[in-house]
Amino acid sequence: MTTPLIDVQNLNKWFGQQHVLRDIHLKINAGQKVVICGPSGSGKSTLIRCLNQLEHHQEGLIYFDGRLVDKNQPYLQEIRRDMGMVFQQFNLFGHMTVLQNCVLPQMRVLGLSEKLARERAMQLLERVRIPEQANKYPAQLSGGQQQRVAIARSLCMQPKVMLFDEPTSALDPEMIKEVLDVMTELAQSGMTMLCVTHEMAFARRIAATMVSMDQGCLVEQANPEDFFERPQSSRTQTFLAQIL
Amino acid sequence: MYIEGRRVGVENALIPARAAPPPASRLAWNRLDLLWVVVGVALLGAGMLKSQGAFSYRWDWSSVWPYFVKTDSLTGQWAPNLLLQGLMTTLRLALWGMLMATLVGLIMGWMRNHARLLFRMVASGYVMTVRNIPPVVFVFIFVYFISNQFMPLLALDQRVNALPVEVQSFLSVLFGPMELINNFFLGLVCLSVFSGAYVTEIVRAGLNSVPRGQAEAARSLGMTNLDIMIRVVWPQALRNVLPSLTGQFIQLIKDSSLVSLVSIQELSFMAQDVQVSTQRVFEVFVLTAVIYFFICFSLSQVFAHLERRHGREH
Repeated sequence: MTTPLIDVQNLNKWFGQQHVLRDIHLKINAGQKVVICGPSGSGKSTLIRCLNQLEHHQEGLIYFDGRLVDKNQPYLQEIRRDMGMVFQQFNLFGHMTVLQNCVLPQMRVLGLSEKLARERAMQLLERVRIPEQANKYPAQLSGGQQQRVAIARSLCMQPKVMLFDEPTSALDPEMIKEVLDVMTELAQSGMTMLCVTHEMAFARRIAATMVSMDQGCLVEQANPEDFFERPQSSRTQTFLAQIL
Repeated sequence: MYIEGRRVGVENALIPARAAPPPASRLAWNRLDLLWVVVGVALLGAGMLKSQGAFSYRWDWSSVWPYFVKTDSLTGQWAPNLLLQGLMTTLRLALWGMLMATLVGLIMGWMRNHARLLFRMVASGYVMTVRNIPPVVFVFIFVYFISNQFMPLLALDQRVNALPVEVQSFLSVLFGPMELINNFFLGLVCLSVFSGAYVTEIVRAGLNSVPRGQAEAARSLGMTNLDIMIRVVWPQALRNVLPSLTGQFIQLIKDSSLVSLVSIQELSFMAQDVQVSTQRVFEVFVLTAVIYFFICFSLSQVFAHLERRHGREH
């Protein structure tokens, strides 16, 4: 059996006295698509933010690509580079154009020349279908367009896994589809993906594994068919009943 | 479908677009404004008529002009006199003061947001101290402390004297006459430390105005902390605080007159000098005020231009 790309062992995290992640175990293989769902406040976002150490955990081990992920590791920046992340609020750099947003990290982190960085940025902007917006500023774009730029910007770093933290939750309903379409294509291209989302139809379409969380615990992990048709945990059943 | 009791459907024709009504003008004068002006002028005129005799000042500008430019009695050449020398010192104080206050503000502002408690305490102690002491008191304490304790250690004038003549003349373009370098340096440090505290607060506000997500996104892309600061956070912070920074820089130029209290020979100090020797209080200080106004006004125009270019239109 191959070693998993991401291996989370016995992860525990507290915010002050609040125990927000409790004994999380999770393995993700290269190419696998995992969707995490659960009620708000259940620790989904915190979990994926621990993977690239935007949040620091107190106990447990996280391995990525065979390397230990820890806030004190000198190679933490390489790990973050190899884990693309897409945020609920897009977080495009407001003072730069779409193109500059995609070019800057390539130049500063990958050390590419500006010419090469521009070429690759344009390729990816075409892939997310907004090359014509390249010279606009984020505030001039719709939420859906911004989120697609954010995906392109992450892909510019040639990540080994993409983490999505509720990428469609801040979008107007008519823009959700364009973002999900891009994500579906990304899934089909073989990218390893870990998504926190409430889009259950999308989850069912792309996920190899469904994970549900509640109160910091990972309560169920199953393939989509079993997860949606025969959920074992009562918490998963309650959650699904509420949102489906 | 019904909206407000009216049936709206595909068969209804669209209401054609109409031109907007003309905007209500707030810039034009109206009769009421004219009335106010007339009343104001009438009152002023009446007051002046009444006080005739009491208010009779003979303006004499001619005795002030020579203090700008004098003719050297030996060579017959033109040379800057006290007021122009003072103006140059004020400009140098303003320029270097802005740079140094910004430097102090950047470092201290960064420290005020730092995770390390010691840094936060040092920076907030600095800001609290400066903010809660009257400027005049601050200037006296600071300058006499520095000039007695610190300047002898630095021995700036002796070091400058040891330099080649070309270097000295270059330095005098930047910092003014070399024989007054101790004096100038004293005023500059005082002004920078004083204004730096206010810039610190502006920097802190600027850093806090940039959403956390910006730095998080940069971090998730693998950028270094330094890159995140320089490329992502600071440019946006600067854009947000440019108006307050303009105000603070103008304040700094005006505050530079405070160091005249401790014999730094800038414009206000020279003006007092000239006032004493000419006895023309109004002429000298009206002129001084006009000069300050133009320096500050030009600076605010420069910043207004910068704001338009890098402002929040995006």
